[in-house]
Amino acid sequence: MGKDIREDIAWAQINKDVLKSLESPRRMYWVILFIAIAMIGVAVGSEIYQYQAGMGVSNKNNSHVWGLYIATFIFWIGMSHSGTLLSAILHLMHADWRKPIYRFAEAMTTFSLMTAGLFVLVHLGRLWMVYYVMPYPNERWVWPNFQSPLVWDMFAIATYLSSSVLFLYVGMIPDLAICRDNIHAGWRKKLYTVMSLGWEGTDRQWRNFRITYLTIACFLIPLAVSVHSIVASDFAMSNMPGWHVTSFPPYFVAGALYSGCAAIITLFIILRYVFKFEEYMTLPIMKKLVRLTFAIAMVWTYLNLIEFASVWYGHDQTAKDQLIFKATGPYAPFFWAMIFFGSILPLMLAFKRFQTHLPILFVVSILLNVGMWLERWMIIAPSFAHGHYPWTWDHDQWPSLVQWGIVFGSFGWFTLLFMVFCKVFPSVSMYEVKEMVYHRSLAMKHKPAVKGEY
Amino acid sequence: MSITNLLENWSDFRQQHPSDDRPHREYKWAMSIDLDACTGCNACSVACYAENNLPVVGKEKFAHGHSHHWIRIERYWDNDGREFADQGAQFLPMLCQHCEAAPCETVCPVGATNHTADGLNSQVYNRCVGSRYCNANCPYKARYFNWYDYPTTDNVWPEPMNQQLNPDVTVRGKGVMEKCTFCVQRLTVAKSDARSEGRSVLDGEVQTACQQVCPTGAISFGNLVDPLAKVGKQWMTQQVELNKDKQAKDTAEEAAKLRGYRILEELRTYPSVMYLEQLRESAI
Repeated sequence: MGKDIREDIAWAQINKDVLKSLESPRRMYWVILFIAIAMIGVAVGSEIYQYQAGMGVSNKNNSHVWGLYIATFIFWIGMSHSGTLLSAILHLMHADWRKPIYRFAEAMTTFSLMTAGLFVLVHLGRLWMVYYVMPYPNERWVWPNFQSPLVWDMFAIATYLSSSVLFLYVGMIPDLAICRDNIHAGWRKKLYTVMSLGWEGTDRQWRNFRITYLTIACFLIPLAVSVHSIVASDFAMSNMPGWHVTSFPPYFVAGALYSGCAAIITLFIILRYVFKFEEYMTLPIMKKLVRLTFAIAMVWTYLNLIEFASVWYGHDQTAKDQLIFKATGPYAPFFWAMIFFGSILPLMLAFKRFQTHLPILFVVSILLNVGMWLERWMIIAPSFAHGHYPWTWDHDQWPSLVQWGIVFGSFGWFTLLFMVFCKVFPSVSMYEVKEMVYHRSLAMKHKPAVKGEY
Repeated sequence: MSITNLLENWSDFRQQHPSDDRPHREYKWAMSIDLDACTGCNACSVACYAENNLPVVGKEKFAHGHSHHWIRIERYWDNDGREFADQGAQFLPMLCQHCEAAPCETVCPVGATNHTADGLNSQVYNRCVGSRYCNANCPYKARYFNWYDYPTTDNVWPEPMNQQLNPDVTVRGKGVMEKCTFCVQRLTVAKSDARSEGRSVLDGEVQTACQQVCPTGAISFGNLVDPLAKVGKQWMTQQVELNKDKQAKDTAEEAAKLRGYRILEELRTYPSVMYLEQLRESAI
């Protein structure tokens, strides 16, 4: 068990430590950046090829019209939920341990949404016509079809993306002012000056800031739930066996929070190392995060079992056949891997020994996300291979290198955005860490000294 | 419009059968396919290729499932232990069922697929963005996506084959969904001819390409509203009704005499294609 944030840490020290991350990170930073750019290169190449030749090169076909793109789209949308969970929900609950880590979680939300949006484009047969989905005024009075869950998706994602960018930005204003005051020249000075909106830290500004921040937080929570419910509706609203399940929306939301939490653990460990944030991203915080992840993993497992049970005991024979096909057919290895990584592996997080063991947590958190990615793929692919109609049966379809390349590259795209963000903006919230330290030191003063953990 | 008004309209909309608010006054195009007559010769499929400018994608792309047979002949065998020759095969031509409550129509984000007043399920190629949600939601998998740009890059109609393209039908580029249209180009011409003479289209005046070439006459096509139409008579004899999800064949006393059914009726898509059950056990 490592030590928590020191209560007597000087405020100037906090500023100094965080601002240092904007200057010269470890060499590992540049290595990661380079790898990310190389990965994006692979994806851009694949996408150009696919755009030129047609969707056929992704090796989907007339009975398997959706594939990895949609699965990975759900994965990234899900990833985006942790930021909201950590910053908005825990903010309302006054959990102060979120303070050093929520900024990067919010950035993760924004960037994974931007990645998810790309998959919608990549997936379309005629992506140059994508604006048809938006209700724009036109002389022919042609509107999108408001009955279609894909249109709801468009609205939900656009709203969620703009709100979370706003949330991230508003929460960063006091810190941007600190950056502005500590840098004397160059493009950064201009950027911070414009972005900090003339923040001076007056009482009036702080009061308005608190209210704004709280309002956006309250707005964002139901939005986050609705976004993934709507993504779930893309499936639940259709008549495909395996998708036509009422419990899909809560199941998707739980899965989203789950993969988001696992991703926070991964990024926590990477940032802690790359930007030398050992002082702020402490092990007690990690411990709370791991416990949260464990709880959500169990909720996800429960909902998974509920879904299987309702299919098994329901009267829909096609859906039941589909479930058996998943567990025994050509996709069975992936299905059981999903069960193992998603439900069995997180059990080890219940043990105290593993809750702060960073190397093990790093590997486990990545494996959890592999499991969650498999979960999305196991929703998409098997349903097409065993639908209502026998013509589609026994045709399992393996994605081509073009699909894999784009999926692979999306991780590079996300990493690039994230790493650039961490270099340009403070990825640990300075003013909130100060608050946290201040409140804790006050609490220490009024409390008789007790041995053990705080 | 008050809120109560809005809610009442919505509940009406929820309760109504999809065709109730669009009564088919003049035309309701429908088909019946006699599986007893079908020999699985694939002439319908070939005629459809010629009539509707379907790209012939070649062996390799066909094997990858990228084909465009708007009407495909499916083969089924009974699992009764008999060897191949004795076992025979059953054929089932599958095409777009032109459902009255089509699952593809509700999910298209841009409304590229619509229900026409004639009861057709139409596809507007110019509007399609290629989300393929319609295919995902189609239980019959009767929709075909243009995975490649066949006309230009794949050169599926090299000289002089482009001479036989049907000028009444568009050639589709990559990224759009297409499917059987009941030869809508023929219907339009017949309707406009009839209108100029001040009458309705007569039964037999318009044929689909697949119907035209079927050597055994297994396919009938016509206007279900017309009491004299052959299709309407067949539907009536078989006691198949458009707006029902359980037909007499499943419920009536004399069910053994009835042969008419529609595929996956329990999904309540209300297809416009009726199949007549096969009587002969084996051709050999």
